[in-house]
Amino acid sequence: MKRLIAIVLMLLPLVASAGIEIHKFSSPEHEKTYKQLVYELRCLVCQNQNLADSHAELAADLREEVFEMVEQGKSRKEIKDFMVARYGDFVLYKPPVQANTSLLWAGPFLILLGGIAIAIVFIRRHRLSGDESDQPENDS
Amino acid sequence: MKARYLIPLVIFVLIAVFLGIGLKLDPRKVPSPLIGKPAPDFNLPSLHDPDRMVKPADFKGKVWLFNVWATWCVSCRAEHATLVEFSRRNVLPIVGLNYKDDPEAAKQWLATLGNPYIVNAVDKKGRVAIDWGVYGAPETYLIDQQGIIRFKQIGAVTPEVIQNKLLPMIQKLRGQS
Repeated sequence: MKRLIAIVLMLLPLVASAGIEIHKFSSPEHEKTYKQLVYELRCLVCQNQNLADSHAELAADLREEVFEMVEQGKSRKEIKDFMVARYGDFVLYKPPVQANTSLLWAGPFLILLGGIAIAIVFIRRHRLSGDESDQPENDS
Repeated sequence: MKARYLIPLVIFVLIAVFLGIGLKLDPRKVPSPLIGKPAPDFNLPSLHDPDRMVKPADFKGKVWLFNVWATWCVSCRAEHATLVEFSRRNVLPIVGLNYKDDPEAAKQWLATLGNPYIVNAVDKKGRVAIDWGVYGAPETYLIDQQGIIRFKQIGAVTPEVIQNKLLPMIQKLRGQS
């Protein structure tokens, strides 16, 4: 009896995970494409999750949509274009490099350059005044 | 030398302004790429008469409103009274998309709360909604005479939205043709 209960308990997690749809792919390449895509597409309902992680109903519908398109032999680009045409660039978890995202992509490097510039100026000034004294603000 | 003390202040003000703008933005309002594009086609059965098919071409030549709703959607209930009121003014036809809903519940809802729609298309699986870029009901689209989407309201249509956005746009669209 004890053993039976233990077995039932051990089987429980299997039931609990059955909420996620199971897809039968016709080829391993399709499965790979599908998995990549659901990680790269954003769930519009819970915006900080991708399609793979989200339990929202819309995410399930969109996964289904992706699955069918993959099985139809559509390319990654075609599927992404399909999503962008409907939901905009926001649906891509990794933003595309284009004119309106240039600041997003270049920003960190600009800030890094700014930081280096400030550091250089600071070190130079420190070195120049270093021999005499360490009181650069004596005139204010 | 005084100027250098202003630098942190300037940086602070800049950051504050940007963060302030950020606070005002609603991340849930994702701009639709469909604005200015032709309304996605569909061919769906009508809610009250499943033998009749509803399609966007039926409304060609008219400015019309396309409202995505469902009985399970809480904001739709809040929006419904506004739509009923708006439909009484006979400004333009309101077409409904009953999104992933139980048709019986939907009919019941329209019977008790009033029916602002000239017709309702039933999107049982939510496929058409995906084509329209719907990600949360209610969503409402304004479509012009040529079948181009001109405006999208994400979330409930309020009397303010009707007054300040929809009515001026409808007038403008009618003036053009």
